Amino acid sequence: MQWETVIGLEIHAQLATQSKIFSGSATTFGAEPNTQASLVDLGMPGTLPVLNAEAVRMACKFGLAIDAVIAEKNVFARKNYFYPDLPKGYQTSQMDHPIVGKGHLDITLEDGTTRRIGITRAHLEEDAGKSLHEDFHGMSGIDLNRAGTPLLEIVSEPDIRSAKEAVAYVKAIHALVRYLGICDGNMAEGSLRCDCNVSVRPKGQAEFGTRAEIKNVNSFRFIEKAINHEVQRQIELIEDGGKVVQETRLYDPNKDETRSMRSKEEANDYRYFPCPDLLPVVIEQRFLDEVRASLPELPVHKRERFEREFGLSAYDATVLAASRELADYFEAVQSACGDAKLSANWVMGELSSLLNKDNLDIQQSPVSAEQLGGMIQRIKDNTISGKIAKMVFEALAAGEGATADEIIEKKGLKQVTDTNAIEAMLDEVLAANAEQVEQYRASDEAKRGKMFGFFVGQAMKASKGKANPGQVNQLLKKKLEG
Amino acid sequence: MHQLTLAEIARNLSQKRFSAEELTRTLLARIEQLDPQLNSFISVTEELALEQARAADARRAAGEDGALLGAPIGHKDLFCTQGVRTSCGSRILDAFKAPYDATVVERLAAAGTVTLGKLNMDEFAMGSANESSYYGPVKNPWDPTRVPGGSSGGSAAAIAARLIPAATGTDTGGSIRQPAALTNLTGLKPTYGRVSRWGMVAYASSLDQGGPMARTAEDCALLLAAMAGFDPKDSTSVEQPLDDYLAALSQPLAGLRIGLPKEYFGAGLDPKIADAVMRAVDELKKLGATVKDISLPNMQHAIPSYYVIAPAEASSNLSRFDGVRFGYRCENPADLTDLYKRSRAEGFGDEVKRRIMVGTYALSAGYYDAYYLKAQKIRRLIKNDFVAAFEEVDVILGPTTPNLAWKLGEKNADPVSAYLEDIYTITANLAGIPGISMPAGFIDGLPVGVQLLAPYFQEARLLNVAHQYQQVTDWHTRAPQGF
Repeated sequence: MQWETVIGLEIHAQLATQSKIFSGSATTFGAEPNTQASLVDLGMPGTLPVLNAEAVRMACKFGLAIDAVIAEKNVFARKNYFYPDLPKGYQTSQMDHPIVGKGHLDITLEDGTTRRIGITRAHLEEDAGKSLHEDFHGMSGIDLNRAGTPLLEIVSEPDIRSAKEAVAYVKAIHALVRYLGICDGNMAEGSLRCDCNVSVRPKGQAEFGTRAEIKNVNSFRFIEKAINHEVQRQIELIEDGGKVVQETRLYDPNKDETRSMRSKEEANDYRYFPCPDLLPVVIEQRFLDEVRASLPELPVHKRERFEREFGLSAYDATVLAASRELADYFEAVQSACGDAKLSANWVMGELSSLLNKDNLDIQQSPVSAEQLGGMIQRIKDNTISGKIAKMVFEALAAGEGATADEIIEKKGLKQVTDTNAIEAMLDEVLAANAEQVEQYRASDEAKRGKMFGFFVGQAMKASKGKANPGQVNQLLKKKLEG
Repeated sequence: MHQLTLAEIARNLSQKRFSAEELTRTLLARIEQLDPQLNSFISVTEELALEQARAADARRAAGEDGALLGAPIGHKDLFCTQGVRTSCGSRILDAFKAPYDATVVERLAAAGTVTLGKLNMDEFAMGSANESSYYGPVKNPWDPTRVPGGSSGGSAAAIAARLIPAATGTDTGGSIRQPAALTNLTGLKPTYGRVSRWGMVAYASSLDQGGPMARTAEDCALLLAAMAGFDPKDSTSVEQPLDDYLAALSQPLAGLRIGLPKEYFGAGLDPKIADAVMRAVDELKKLGATVKDISLPNMQHAIPSYYVIAPAEASSNLSRFDGVRFGYRCENPADLTDLYKRSRAEGFGDEVKRRIMVGTYALSAGYYDAYYLKAQKIRRLIKNDFVAAFEEVDVILGPTTPNLAWKLGEKNADPVSAYLEDIYTITANLAGIPGISMPAGFIDGLPVGVQLLAPYFQEARLLNVAHQYQQVTDWHTRAPQGF
């Protein structure tokens, strides 16, 4: 049977506010346990929440960026359950009246096609603390530094059809929240976390299958693996005559499997009701207009502009627009050298592998956009070949010179374009390989093609790569044929 | 000295007839001598009181002359007081010392009040008799075999017995006005949002409101002026300027339109109380007020609505008492579930557990619409009733309670009969309007209270009417025998 996968994602993005959503405590990651927990965060009797206006502004930014309706009136509700790192015994969240309503986000897949993923809603809520199970000798420690950190929970429609699409969607959300400056997107520190609702159904069937929710998958790679594993598990289960049960599952990256956490029957009845300590939030049009005016160019617009203005492919434009910093870098390279295609190739090629190898962000790149742009200019004006450029690039990365020109000069890498000099060099190469020259001239057209490459290689070697490859080709052909 | 009102104390202190320290020592001695009969204090804060009294005397010596400078008071034991036990009348907070002061405590302290102690109350303010306290029941000074009302029963008994001239209370369904009525005091529940709830341990957040209790309307005005006002730490507190409560007291009542809701005088009301209320109406008429019969048609739904909303909020508010971070924790928990279950089972009393269960049920999936949402709709109707009524009258008058103070233990077997005692007070909490109870006579030696209700933020009007009434009557000056 042909199976279709149906995926909906819930993404929790920690908002990058200075202070918590309902208290004045700082939100910095990694502080000593319980040093960023105020009376409110500790759930002390008699304390009350006061909403952080910046969290509301950030949620509105997100809503506007996904073309969503921003509710004029939104309401905080209490989600009641007991857990040691939930100090009040309830989480203040939003239920019936979320701040951000229906919206959508377009994602671009690797083959360049675009899909529109519906976003059901996004609501504000507070994060819980953390339970620490090590170093407490059979007991657990509670760190409430994280308790009260503002979260935006972004709920997608069940529009996603594969693990790859899911990853593309999460990447698009990740790029968006970073563009907007509302979340640092650091998945390792838990700033962006993802719950995956996964089900399968026979292809063509209209109703959804029973879904399982995989909680807290915290990297792009794990999202793909966890979903693929879960899809396989469900298909095998059904094909063996079993039934998928609605439950919460946990992904174990070490074993690459998901396992059951709790079934629907064990699920909490959260007893949501409007929080009586907080008034409904009324968002005025003027405020929204102000937020809209402050929005940066969004990834989707940037991508379109890159295609339109620079003639980049959809895929290249998507990759470059994925992060604001990368896009800015690319544009700086482009403006320094005036060649978008070469800039894109270098940024996505050599530069990306260099950064990946050393695990660096684009902001930490050892080669600045101006340096790279300057180097590309020298490729364009034939001062160096593409091959030599790689050497220059490495030297720039190693800090061997401030500019490409300085390195080219210092290392004598300037391309040889003088026809006489190249001819003299070729004569030497042909003389040294007289036997091969004989064979070449005796061969038919098909064989000659292969042998020609040998002579080009010898010539480039002899010139230490500096001879202009176009001229070498042209002159060599003339000499061999002639 | 102990017979003096706050206003009289202020005059005496100002004229240096005695010092705040002398007054404090006198009252501390009275508490030590007399409170064992009443059980109105959970904690007596002797050291704090003497320290505050000396500070007040020093401020006075330096030329200050505030109306509350050196005024001795007590706080209901659900206002957080830094470094002092704040028990809420519950075992679960028996060992809890608040790490901060409630806004009300802070503001009154800044005005120079002297805190003699923390007052007994129904556990987490749940009750109308002050019998649900972990620290034992409070007795009514007018008849120690009877209840003082609740939940601010400790505040009421201590003031009625002249152990302190005034105290703070909180009112979620009548918890200031009902004990005031049952002990011959004046007690004001302000408009919801008028007094900050920061540091006031929550029972039902959308209904709770702190307010003053004293013998006279004038003293209530003095306290309210210091307690009330916007607080950025409480999102439900209202940013509206305070009226001059003291100046408003002397307004004449000529032309005052009083509404008498027929629902307040129907079945269930002790006829002798009805007579006393009508005599109070006659007094007010003599002062120039006119009377009109009105109707609050949705009042009959108030109790069921309240007993859904209040327990629902309470079930959530009290979740934080789980034995993990503060308060009572059971011995040797086997695991986390055991820790939760036993800490809460051993820490909470029966009435609290009853309301947590009712509230949990009302909010459960499948019942929410039928109970909680419906109760909220009724609440809106009740509010609308008042809004409509206040288009025709300035204040609404009626009995505070349907019955006089009852015998200790009398209603323990039947919680619903105790819930019905709040029938006249609960609507003001549901609507959020202010209400006051004032002494209006005695039946068989037990006090009767009259309740006045006013539109939002018209506390000044309520204090004014009560004060004018107290100028022509002397019920409020009478003291129980032996105190």
